[in-house]
Formats: sequence, structure tokens, C-alpha cells
Amino acid sequence: MSEAPVTESELQAYADGRLDDARRSAVDAWLAAHPDEAERVADYRRLAGALRGAYDPLLEEALPERLAHALRPRLQWKRHAAAAAWLVVGIAIGGIAGWQLHAARPGAAPLGDVGEVMARRAAIAHAVYSPEVRHPVEVGADQEAHLVAWLSKRLGAPVRAPKLEELGYSLVGGRLLPGDNGPVAHFMYQRNQGTRITLYVRTEATSNRETAFRYAKEGQVQVFYWVDRKLGYALSSGDISRDDLFKVANAVYQQLNP
Amino acid sequence: MNEAQRLVELIPRLRRYARALVGDRATADDLVQDTLERAWAKLHLYRRGTDLRAWLFTVMHNVHVNRVRASRPTDLLEDEMPELAQRASQGDALLVRDLDRAIARLPTEQRAVLLLVTLEEMSYEEVARALNVPIGTVMSRLSRAREKLRVMMLGQSAAAKLKLVK
Repeated sequence: MSEAPVTESELQAYADGRLDDARRSAVDAWLAAHPDEAERVADYRRLAGALRGAYDPLLEEALPERLAHALRPRLQWKRHAAAAAWLVVGIAIGGIAGWQLHAARPGAAPLGDVGEVMARRAAIAHAVYSPEVRHPVEVGADQEAHLVAWLSKRLGAPVRAPKLEELGYSLVGGRLLPGDNGPVAHFMYQRNQGTRITLYVRTEATSNRETAFRYAKEGQVQVFYWVDRKLGYALSSGDISRDDLFKVANAVYQQLNP
Repeated sequence: MNEAQRLVELIPRLRRYARALVGDRATADDLVQDTLERAWAKLHLYRRGTDLRAWLFTVMHNVHVNRVRASRPTDLLEDEMPELAQRASQGDALLVRDLDRAIARLPTEQRAVLLLVTLEEMSYEEVARALNVPIGTVMSRLSRAREKLRVMMLGQSAAAKLKLVK
């Protein structure tokens, strides 16, 4: 036994990815010295993944009539209204927030407003695609070279999918989206627990501009966005903290500007 | 957004949890329907501003416990852990069936903890509140449920190895 006694509860929390950095490192070290326990924890993670894989598809299914109508006598609306309402609320909040920001900064550069539009579109794209279980992307990470070449061609500018493994995120893949200035590249990343972030990349009408990171929140989705010469970027998450998202945004920026 | 709208949004999550909890689709949707009706009838007891999802899962838990009690003596298999076939890689349908069978062999209260943590990704505190048990109980149930599931899904080899370690 080393100087870090590890409890059974901590092993469970470790398997669930819920320890803070300090304790996670301690458990890592302990598991390195206890391979049987390490295997046990790895099995727990595999089983958790199997459970999610087995039952998560239920989230995507259309509701059977009797459940869709379970609350119908009291609710005058249709089955898919919930999802739509969420987006409408998000857009409305975004609109109000954007309007207030605008009102608060009458002298702001026009680019700021354009950026807000981009952040809003990125947040909506995140809300639409990140919950997808079966079809989260058009082209998967297994064809990354093809994905990047295709999106670069469509955007008319070289885009890259940054590597975020060091932060625990692996590339799921990407898709092409319509945007205000033309095609948009949309990359999705995922952490082992299933947390997803998306990177929205579009071409800028006015090149040779650079902005600092800006932050926006649209409904549940947080966005850091910035413009770097020809390309505008917006990084979105619905799950992680603002600080964590900022770390990822920094990593993305640094990789794209070595 | 009002509570009724949020209730509707939570239905798919109730279905996922119920499906894993009871093992078959029709029974699961019965449970969801009972839960929705009860939640609707008791909505005045929900305190605004608190976590509606946790409240709803508490309602579902109570409905489930009552249904199980009313139907048949259960958990007879609690200490039996026959090995299921080691064929987790043979396809989704088989895997789901094996998981259903393994989960069915867990005591109800362990099953609930495991599924709320794994599928709903509730914090341990949220699970403790939803099931109205101390957090220590949540942790010990989680630990036991996982170990049983591991032995059942991954076979006797894991169990044998484990005994050697202890």
C-alpha cells in the first residue's frame, strides 16, 4: 500500500469519471500497482458503456401513442413540440441576449454582431446534432483525411480538425452545414463518458481580422467564438463548465496557430 | 417552460430507465404510463425550482416498487449468479438480451442505483435523494451491483480471479 489509501467508493467514482484531478491521479498511481483492481475498474467501465449502448437508442425512438398522449388531455400540442420548443426558446433567448448586448455596446464593431450570429448558429447546430446516437456525423473519424479534404474543398479554405486527445476528447467526425457566408464545417468530439463538444468553422466575409475569445450562452449551450483571419470558429458544449470549455478553446486556437 | 412541458421532455429518459429496469418493452411502457399519470396527479406536490427530473424518477421508483410488490415475490435469485454465456461481442441483440437477464438478477434496489448512475448519469447525491436512502447505501449498492453484473457478464473467470486476489 502506498501513501494514498484508495477506498472502494473512490474506485466506483473513478470508474464513473467523477473524481477531482488530485484524487484521480492518486487512484491512477494506485491502480498501476494493483493490476487486478485496474482490470476490475476497466470492466466496470466496459459494462457502463455496454449499458448505455444497449439502452440509449430508446432516447431516439418516437414515443408510442399511448405515452405521447398520456398528458394530451391537459396539453394541446403535438409530440415533437417539446424539441421544437427547446430550440425556439434557445433562439429567443439568444435573440434577446444579442439585442441586449447590442444595446449595451452601441459602439461595438459590426464584427461583434456577426460573431453573435455565428455563436447562435453554432449553438443551434450543437443542440441539434450532439444528442444524435446513430447519426451524429456525416463522415466518421475513421475517414478523417477524407473529411478534412472534403470540408476544405467546400469551404474554399484549408480547415483542420484539431487533436484534442490530451484533453480527453477524440474526434467523432464531421459534417457540412449551410451558413450565412456559405458552407460551414462542423466537427464533433466526444469524451469517454459521452460528453460532446462541437467546433463550428466558417469562412469570414471580411478576412484579415482577428478577435479575442468571446463567450455566449444560448439556452443550455455555452459557446466560445473567435475570428482568425479567413475563418470564424465557435466551440460549443452543453455539459462542461465554462472554464473547461475555455481550456479546449485555447487548445484549438493554439493548434490552429502553431 | 412549465412543468408539464418539461415532463414531456423527460419521457424518453423515463423509457430508457424503465426498459433497463424491468427488462421488456411493454412492461416498461406500462411503468412509464403509470408514472406519468401519477406524476401528473401529484404535480402540486412538486416544489418549483427543485430538480424535476429527480422528482420524476422518485415517482417512478415508488410506482415500480409498488408494482413489484403487488405482482410477485421477487429477488429470489439474489444470491444465485449463474454464468451467462461469454458472447458479448456476437451482436447487439444478444448483448442486450444478456444484459437484460443479468440486470434482472440484481436485487431491485441495486439495479435502480446502477441504472440511475450509469444511464441517467445522476450524481451519487441525486441518486440518494431520488431513492431516499443515505449516500453510503448508494455507494455500497453500486459497488455490489457492478461486481455481480461483472461476474455474470464476464463469466466465472473474473470471479475466480477475484477470489484469488482477496
